[in-house]
Amino acid sequence: MYPIRFAFLLPLALPVAAYAQTLEYTIVIKEHRFQPGELTVPSGKRIKLVIDNQDGTPEEFESHELRVEKIIPGGTKGTVSVGPLKPGTYPFFGEFHEATAQGKLHAK
Amino acid sequence: MLGSAVVVFRETLEAALIVAIVMGATRGVAQRGRWVAGGVALGIVGALLVALFAGAISQAVEGRGQELFNAAVLLVAVAMLAWHNVWMSSHARKHVEEMRHLGHDVQVGARPLSAMLAVTALAVLREGAETVLFLYGLVASGGSAGLAVGGLLGLAGGTGIGVLLYFGLLRVPLRHFFTVTGVIVLLLAAGLAASAAGFLVQAGLLPTLIDQVWNSSRLLSMDSMTGRMLHVLVGYNDRPTGIELLFYVVTLATILVLMRLFGARATRAARSAAAKQGAPA
Repeated sequence: MYPIRFAFLLPLALPVAAYAQTLEYTIVIKEHRFQPGELTVPSGKRIKLVIDNQDGTPEEFESHELRVEKIIPGGTKGTVSVGPLKPGTYPFFGEFHEATAQGKLHAK
Repeated sequence: MLGSAVVVFRETLEAALIVAIVMGATRGVAQRGRWVAGGVALGIVGALLVALFAGAISQAVEGRGQELFNAAVLLVAVAMLAWHNVWMSSHARKHVEEMRHLGHDVQVGARPLSAMLAVTALAVLREGAETVLFLYGLVASGGSAGLAVGGLLGLAGGTGIGVLLYFGLLRVPLRHFFTVTGVIVLLLAAGLAASAAGFLVQAGLLPTLIDQVWNSSRLLSMDSMTGRMLHVLVGYNDRPTGIELLFYVVTLATILVLMRLFGARATRAARSAAAKQGAPA
């Protein structure tokens, strides 16, 4: 079943090649807050976000707009790939501490 | 307290809806309660293990371990649901007849039941692991008694909705029952396959193809209760990517074709058996 499924992706090798260049940004979680709380990234590019959780407790990095959902255990780093993004603002949050862990990604 | 109730409720809801569907789809099967309970128990043990090794899983495969793990868990569940539906497409009619004639539950053998045990265990494992990590975090940063109460409330709420869904399903007349559960299992499987694609995109292993095929978040947001439930049940997504849609459609079509093929074969076999006995088909 899966080989058939992946065969569908063969004509899509072109976008995959463009996708190899990625830009990397780091967001630190400290005391259940994001640092920086807002960051600006170029639009139309594949972006790699490194989430560095410096708290002792796990956090779930989540964004409906960016379509990511990832648990970052305490004291560890996690990476998520997003984009290529259209220009706009993409809010993200920490699901385990939604009251304080709020941030925004601006794509320009 | 409310915060912990909300998060636990969300996670429980997903697992509870899937368990309710499994209970519906195995209606009339002898000892299914034991199998499903076994699935839940295995899932809880698995959730604790996954939570314990969350750090190691997360760091594995260049930081893509968690996404690959989630995608694998989802795809195994998809395969099990597909297998169940294909099996039912050739056994459903006989199953309903036996249920009517015998007046009690039907023995189906261990294989179809073990597939549903796996689906239950995987659903509980995935959602349970997140709940465990969340609660651990709260306890570690000085949790209170309110936290435990909130967690239990969330658990009760999520389970309650699963129970409601199950009893709602039971109101469907037996004649149509397995057609209805078959359609739900089919859509559930397609939705889970789309979620798996989402995790593979997040891991940077698949392209989105189309960043956003449509945006129906104003019409029905995934944050709303209805949106969330439809997301689990039929794979509703307010902002799907091209690849998610592709996985959804391909899974749906593949399972349907397999169901047709095996369903037709069972009908032919039944006819030729009837012909041999000299009875009209």
